[in-house]
Amino acid sequence: MDTLEQIVARARAAVPGAQVTILPNESPSGQHSLLVDAAHALALARWLRDDPDLRLDYCSNVTGVDWPEVERVEKVRVKKVVDGAETEVEETRKVRSGGYLEAVYHLYSMHKRHGPVVLRMRTENRADRVQLPSLTPVWRSAEFQEREIYDLFGIVFEGHPDLRRILMWDEFKDHPMRKDYVEPDDYEWEPTPHDAVLAKARKHFTPTTSSGA
Amino acid sequence: MLGEAILKGLAVTAKNFALSYVSRARLVTIQYPEERQPLPEATRQFPFLVYDGDDPHAGLRCVACQICEKECPPQCIYIVKSKDKKPDHTGKPQFYPAIFDIDLSVCMSCQICVEVCPFDAIKMDTEFELSTTDRFHGLLVHKEQLAKSNAYYHKIHPTEAAAVDARLAAERARADAKAKPAPPTPPQKPAPAPTPA
Amino acid sequence: MTSPTSTAALGQRSGVVERVSKPGGEGEWLEVSMGPQHPSTHGVFRMDVVLDGERVVRLKPVFGYLHRNHEKIAEGTTYLGSMPYTDRLDYFCSMTNNWAYALAVEKLAGLHVPERAEYLRVILAELTRLQNHASLCGFLLQDMGAMGTPLMYAFREREKILDLFEAISGARMMCNFMRFGGCRCDAPPGWLDAARRVVDGFPAFLDEFEALLSENEIIMARTQGVGVLPRELAINAGVTGPMLRASGVNYDIRKVDRYGIYDRFEFKIPLGEHGDTYDRYMIRILEMRESVKILQQALRDIPPGPVMDPKAKLRGLRPKPGEAYARIEAPKGELGFYLISDGGPNPYRYRVRPPSFINLTVLEDMCRGHTVADVVVILGSVDIVLGEVDR
Repeated sequence: MDTLEQIVARARAAVPGAQVTILPNESPSGQHSLLVDAAHALALARWLRDDPDLRLDYCSNVTGVDWPEVERVEKVRVKKVVDGAETEVEETRKVRSGGYLEAVYHLYSMHKRHGPVVLRMRTENRADRVQLPSLTPVWRSAEFQEREIYDLFGIVFEGHPDLRRILMWDEFKDHPMRKDYVEPDDYEWEPTPHDAVLAKARKHFTPTTSSGA
Repeated sequence: MLGEAILKGLAVTAKNFALSYVSRARLVTIQYPEERQPLPEATRQFPFLVYDGDDPHAGLRCVACQICEKECPPQCIYIVKSKDKKPDHTGKPQFYPAIFDIDLSVCMSCQICVEVCPFDAIKMDTEFELSTTDRFHGLLVHKEQLAKSNAYYHKIHPTEAAAVDARLAAERARADAKAKPAPPTPPQKPAPAPTPA
Repeated sequence: MTSPTSTAALGQRSGVVERVSKPGGEGEWLEVSMGPQHPSTHGVFRMDVVLDGERVVRLKPVFGYLHRNHEKIAEGTTYLGSMPYTDRLDYFCSMTNNWAYALAVEKLAGLHVPERAEYLRVILAELTRLQNHASLCGFLLQDMGAMGTPLMYAFREREKILDLFEAISGARMMCNFMRFGGCRCDAPPGWLDAARRVVDGFPAFLDEFEALLSENEIIMARTQGVGVLPRELAINAGVTGPMLRASGVNYDIRKVDRYGIYDRFEFKIPLGEHGDTYDRYMIRILEMRESVKILQQALRDIPPGPVMDPKAKLRGLRPKPGEAYARIEAPKGELGFYLISDGGPNPYRYRVRPPSFINLTVLEDMCRGHTVADVVVILGSVDIVLGEVDR
């Protein structure tokens, strides 16, 4: 299989206007991913499936990831003019990252027995602009998995043949796998509460040190 | 002929039925609870605390480090450390658990508490006939019910208990060697500075 | 496009039998909910079938009754603490679930596994495959009405394998045996001989099983030509495992990825020609024979040595930030784990790619045009376990 850089070059030629970038993966697994923009994702997916060298006909895994917006403080060395001389000064800088939901696709090829190629698509924000194109018309295996992402994360896949909740019941509100999901207050007594469960317990009654002895 | 394979299948069933009267391999059930299946040594059910010797309080190996409490995935262990200390098997004063509760209705017998315990204090029991009529308090076991002697541990897991005893004996030997005073030096050399114990 | 939360699609109300007119107004269709409590749905699984007489017109699978949000629990538990939870995904095959998760963490953290541990992993995984396929054939026959006899014969063999699991790990089904960097402990003395005895006795069981079932006229009439899955649809729908190979696609992750030490063993991949239920049943019988071959080779060649990487820590694993996706050939298909680490003790995102869930995508295509009785048989041949489908 070609390297990711070669795939990106050919993708840009095959789907004009597509914005494809490589996101490096620092772990020893070495599985770098391709970030694609939502507008050209469907055309790109068709090309990946039908290109005679890649033939990525098997979409193995479709995942959702929630990246809430976080602010990190980074130390950066900047060249500045101090007292008339140019020196390197360490400055702290606030870096914002996240604030979107992400759909990750792992693609393999059964014909050519190679893979994986990891595709990523990001929504614009986590509140109202959560639409992404559905890749179910290209790979049918995404059908149930995209429904699950809609159910648990809230990404609305446009073009999905049957987008409704799959694991939670239909009248359920909210999306459980988001990082800011608040569970309903349905605490039941339990004898050994810890940490978060203990905090919930305190709202309902005063837990004694367990062991009624 | 149509139905030949069905007759062949019926012959297989008939053979199994007839042989189940004579061959143990064909009749695989036992009359529980009058007969019991001998279980392998490694079998595990729920945890228990080990104490050395006869006194469940003085010989208790647990020093309330709370590592098992932190690592337990369903968080079914509840420990409250004591305020005073008592000597452990090497003589060093250690804390002990004032309260040590396990909720058996939550425990999933994963054995992670046993693996992470640095003091060989908690091990897996093989007792599974623990049914009770009280859903909540009946399945909450306290330190007094959990503490069982090392002799009991040898009975249920002999190989494992022997290995643990060997390891603890080696630790005791190392602790004793460190505590012995330094041997007297020959008169020609100047006396060395006393090494701290 | 219908709005996502509307219930415009049929089959949303449980337990209600409705009469629905065909577009065109002729005749009436019947909607039946083969509800979550059903002896043949392999767990709490529901199918809303729309019938034209006895023939299935539409079928919508509904699940989520066993959803325990395993993925969110894993975000609040350490990497080691999630290992016992993986036992409970596909509760028949806990050893392979453990291996897939251990493989994902080892890829993420860059850990190395010693050789004896690799051999032990292969032995336990193939034993798992044997008992899973045997139970599946038994359950399939029970769904067809054989009232438990083949199932009990399969369970007799399964008990021998579960006794082996209990002797090595302490528990029959929820083994919690694999660790990151190897296995939890070594096999006790005498275990390898006991395993050899069980494996050597297995072909005799398979011969008897096949004499009972494989040429049985009733089984052939009920399964041949039923639930045909075309090759291209199987690939596109992400079907994996014995179901894919029954449709004629030669894709077995043990041969493609060669994870672990599978490239040292000689075994064949049986393929089906027709893609119907009978092929799926026969593929599993043939795969059991191949697994016996792998086991005999592994039990012959297992070297002495440590079973745990000496550099691997038991507690407090904090992989560097990054992500990894690892997959194995579980008995039901491709089981994958996708982990994203942010450098902390708990994973940032933990995802299970369950084979049973994705194999269900094609249930409707396979059942269209068949009778209700066939639906039960086809579902039995898909081999689902709700613990995995719902997580």
